[in-house]
Amino acid sequence: MGSALDIMQAGNPPRGVFTDYPLGHSTGMPHDPSDQYTMTRAGLEAFETIKEPGTILKLDRTWTINANWKADTLDDTKGDERSPRDETPRYQLEEDRLAAEGNQT
Amino acid sequence: MRIRKENAVATIEYMKMIRERYSRLGYPSYQWFYAEEPPAWTPLEKPLSKSRVGFLCTAGTYVKGQVAYYYKDDTSIRAIPKDTNVSNIRFSHLTEQYLPAARKDPNCVFPIEPLRRLEKEGVVGEIAQDMLSCMGAVYSQRRTREELVPKVVASFQAQGVDIAFLVPL
Repeated sequence: MGSALDIMQAGNPPRGVFTDYPLGHSTGMPHDPSDQYTMTRAGLEAFETIKEPGTILKLDRTWTINANWKADTLDDTKGDERSPRDETPRYQLEEDRLAAEGNQT
Repeated sequence: MRIRKENAVATIEYMKMIRERYSRLGYPSYQWFYAEEPPAWTPLEKPLSKSRVGFLCTAGTYVKGQVAYYYKDDTSIRAIPKDTNVSNIRFSHLTEQYLPAARKDPNCVFPIEPLRRLEKEGVVGEIAQDMLSCMGAVYSQRRTREELVPKVVASFQAQGVDIAFLVPL
């Protein structure tokens, strides 16, 4: 289940569930356990309800955090902030790096 | 769950948007994957309430203490035990601009708490012990197919899953 309909259609999975949310929130809005539960459950129930290969269900959910999210996504001035592509692990937090390196020694 | 009418959704065309953005930045054209064959179809052998669910998220999820993902075609995977405390779940993915919400609340793309609840309620038979992640920004389709996917398949098979539930970033 995901939020990029065109990419999902290109991949053509046997069963798909689409929600029209900004990328990064495929299973619900942050800090909204009810939304996350409802969407995750819908994703799983699709294994039983979809009978035709290649079907993509479109969930009727509305992203309520920012009404302008589509315009913001398409705004090139917001940039595409990609980090360097190298083989250095990119830790979310410095404490994660220390914890992982401690595990390796 | 209500389902939207077919034409009610004006969706963003990500493939077109990213192709144009790469072109403007002077990168070679992004080679999107297009499935050339109809999807494989395996009917469920048992009801969802009796099925063991394998989970894979492509958001570069790791647990504090594990090595994070790197951003140049990292084809490794991580096993995230399903009883992991959500406060120890982290993300490292090339497109970091999509991660801020998940880094505050992992459940919005790695739904570990909803899945535990669905297991407890009996909606699904069981969530397989090791939930899986990968870093879904490997630019080589060949390396994804030959290196990454076999690791996922091997784990799912070893865990005897009935269903593979995939959540891309």
